[in-house]
Amino acid sequence: METIVAALVGVLMASSVYLMLSRSLVRFILGLALLSHATNLLIFASGGMASLIARVVADGPAGAVRAESDAVAQALILTAIVISFSILTFALVLAFRAYQMLETVDTDAMRVAEPMPAGRESRAGKTGEFQ
Amino acid sequence: MSWLVAGPILLPLSAAIIAGVQRDSGRMRQLVSLCAGVAFLGVAASLMLHVLREGVLSVQIGSWPAPFGITLVADYLSAGMVLVTAVIGLATIVYSIGDVPRRGLYKIYHPLLLALLAGVSGAFLAGDLFNLYVWFEVMLIASIALLVVGGTPAQVDGAVRYAVLSLIATVLLLTGVGLLYGMTGSLNMADLHLRVQEVEDQGTLTAIAVIFIVAFGIKSAVFPLFFWLPASYHTPKFAVSAIFSGLLTKVGVYALLRTFTLIFTNDVVYTHGILLWIAGFTMVTGVLGAAAQDEIRRILSFHIVSQIGYMILGLALFTRLGLLGAIFYVVHHIIVKANLFFVAGAVHQVGGSSTLRSLGGLYRDSPLLAALFFIPAFSLAGFPPLSGFWAKLLLVQASLEAREYAIAATALAVGLLTAYSMTKIWLNAFWKARPPDAPARLPVSRRRHAFLVLPVVFLAAITLGIGFFVEPFYEFSERAAEQLIDPTEYVDAVLGDGASERGAGSRLAAGSAAE
Repeated sequence: METIVAALVGVLMASSVYLMLSRSLVRFILGLALLSHATNLLIFASGGMASLIARVVADGPAGAVRAESDAVAQALILTAIVISFSILTFALVLAFRAYQMLETVDTDAMRVAEPMPAGRESRAGKTGEFQ
Repeated sequence: MSWLVAGPILLPLSAAIIAGVQRDSGRMRQLVSLCAGVAFLGVAASLMLHVLREGVLSVQIGSWPAPFGITLVADYLSAGMVLVTAVIGLATIVYSIGDVPRRGLYKIYHPLLLALLAGVSGAFLAGDLFNLYVWFEVMLIASIALLVVGGTPAQVDGAVRYAVLSLIATVLLLTGVGLLYGMTGSLNMADLHLRVQEVEDQGTLTAIAVIFIVAFGIKSAVFPLFFWLPASYHTPKFAVSAIFSGLLTKVGVYALLRTFTLIFTNDVVYTHGILLWIAGFTMVTGVLGAAAQDEIRRILSFHIVSQIGYMILGLALFTRLGLLGAIFYVVHHIIVKANLFFVAGAVHQVGGSSTLRSLGGLYRDSPLLAALFFIPAFSLAGFPPLSGFWAKLLLVQASLEAREYAIAATALAVGLLTAYSMTKIWLNAFWKARPPDAPARLPVSRRRHAFLVLPVVFLAAITLGIGFFVEPFYEFSERAAEQLIDPTEYVDAVLGDGASERGAGSRLAAGSAAE
């Protein structure tokens, strides 16, 4: 079970890196969402997925020998999901405001804070891919 | 004494809520913020005194015993960082009264500032890695919001760059925490210190350590992960720039200092070797980037990057003197850097601009401001007897002792280039004749201008204090460095006396026997 999840985490991470390398802010946010999902699954797998029984030691230390899932890891994911959800919402709003104010989602074309030196043209201005 | 350790987190957090519900009165928000700033400084100072008297202080939230519950720990380093945070927090609150408008979008400014302070001190006091992650997120949300308050296009642009890299950093940190938990079954840093020694697969542990270097490296803006910093720090209000420059990157440096002395010491040659290269490149790229800039805040932003290199250098050497130098440097840097941004704000008001091209003649117009710029600027460059001189001296001495001659030469050369940048600001803004097309002085009342100058005087006095009375600061950094090199005191304070000697396995056995 862990092997399948580990492979899934790998696929998710790879796709998220592909998306985040894009110049489009929207794709970056989608990539970020995938990345946080991948991380959550990774913590889930690191806590053990041998069975669905939580590791609550009812019959002393001897009971803990059986292969069981770690409840702490799942508690961590719960917290991480809440945080990543709010961060994602925040990032979406920020991206939307950026689109409204700067009229582009192409990060290369956003040159308000760091203007191009005189005499050089923005690469994004030429291709105009996301404008 | 548990409230004393939790105080630096609870106090600003509750003040943020109180200030947040004062929707109608800007004066009330400022008053709440100011009272909270003074009280925060009081709590931080009494925590420091307590730690100085009685050693490492730890508290288990909800009385769950460590390593199962949430632990807050204050050793010399943590308590010192919280105290510096409180000093900068109070200075920023006072400065904001003169710098930040009360109406419109700025209504939310003071609550956010207080929430940021809570997040920063939470990160300094956190005793386990997951909590550290949570406080990083609190800090991140508060800081992005502070960055965009005001809503100009430049601010939104800067915030996008800041958010993009910081979000990747926090997810990476979470990944590292998850992997480390999978390997060791613990999140408590003191407990991890014992458990990582028993991990069989030390190679994987080193790989996890590198994930942590990247995650904290983005946070502390080291080469080659620093691009978000000079892209965003010059866009918000000067008060916001100042507190960011003082505290945010230093939380990353603190996290590196903590984890790479307490947890990841299994393969020092490899991990700290990487850190040494990072330190050298960070120093050089930062200072060269600064030399190419014309806007005061952008020059200063690139210098933050360059200075971070010095702190990482101290950690990378991993000797007692190196860590001593790093801790001394962090404390000196926070105060000096925030002060330089405060001065830049005052220059902006008097000169009407913050680009060197359109500034000039400020030495004649405002000699007090010139004197106040001189102290932090040349402390940053490392002129004796100011605080920066001692900080650089310690680090260069540590590099020479460790026979790292190349890095010592780099540190000295970078110091020289820092002096070049500071001289450039000095010549252009203060000495050069005022250009004919210079913009007019911004209309600011004398009372508001006083709020800008007051924190500058306060912080400049501290810089001079560290410079002239270096002995107590040196001794403090020495004790803090000793606690980092030999974490016995830290581990015992968290896990109970003698835990560090018994080791993780036997302690668990003892725990089971008790059940």
